[in-house]
Amino acid sequence: MFDLTGRKALVTGATGGLGGAIARALHAQGASVALSGTRQEALEALAGELGHERVHVTPCNLADAQAVEALVPAAESALGGLDILVNNAGITRDNLFLRMKDEEWEQVLAVNLTAAFRLSRAAVKGMMRRRSGRIVNIGSVVGSTGNPGQGNYAAAKAGLVGLTKALAAEVASRNITVNCIAPGFIASPMTDELNDKQREGILTRVPMGRLGSGAEVAAATVYLASDEAAYVTGHTLHVNGGMAML
Amino acid sequence: MSDIAERVKKIVVEHLGVEPEKVVEGANFIDDLGADSLDTVELVMAFEEEFNVEIPDDAAETIQTVGDAVKFLEKNSA
Repeated sequence: MFDLTGRKALVTGATGGLGGAIARALHAQGASVALSGTRQEALEALAGELGHERVHVTPCNLADAQAVEALVPAAESALGGLDILVNNAGITRDNLFLRMKDEEWEQVLAVNLTAAFRLSRAAVKGMMRRRSGRIVNIGSVVGSTGNPGQGNYAAAKAGLVGLTKALAAEVASRNITVNCIAPGFIASPMTDELNDKQREGILTRVPMGRLGSGAEVAAATVYLASDEAAYVTGHTLHVNGGMAML
Repeated sequence: MSDIAERVKKIVVEHLGVEPEKVVEGANFIDDLGADSLDTVELVMAFEEEFNVEIPDDAAETIQTVGDAVKFLEKNSA
């Protein structure tokens, strides 16, 4: 089950905790992966960890529209095609709504939503020709629930859900599925910095009483990328320990 | 039939899986050849590739029959 041997995958934000876990999991299932991110060194380190086999490094700054347009062709030429696109990259520029600057809003929308639109548009061309493909967008529980201080982030993540559904409807007849994964609180370098009180506050909202792991989100990605998930499309899969049952 | 018309016909037959006899000049991609809106986008992409031209959206909208495509490509391909 969930064998991805011979599949070619592009993962954005592969230098992050979640993106790295997703890239490792796809690779472990047999896929060739193109790792994208802004930090070349961290990408190279991950490529080394994966043994430099079936791994390509394709750095990209997703805030740069031209660089975004070039990423899918670069990944397709490195991998020899593209079967799986994981739009994982995301940034935060948290601020209370009343104080949020236009730039904070625009930067988050550009990287978290517009880049996913551009990459999906580029990837779907080849997928339509091959009559198969998988796009997995990494959203967030806050796209459904909202979160104070994250108006921009929540809007972008909710936007991904709409993008997912519209595109899924358009390309379903070509055997291309488009889905979203909405993680809750996942252990990462960011959550490591929380103090005990903050951590406790978060965990009171999670029925499972613990943070999730990157590997648990990655496992959901592997499923949606697999042949076994062929009839699942336009869906948002919540991986959040029960903190929001949607 | 011109060389361009032959190449257009080949693409249409391959993409839509229709009988070559049905791909006549007046055949409408959607009404006569069973294409959906996504098929028409794919056909335009295929024409662009085959003839190495760019077909802007407003031009693509006017290409509704096999003859429209041939006419456009005769005028615009190198």
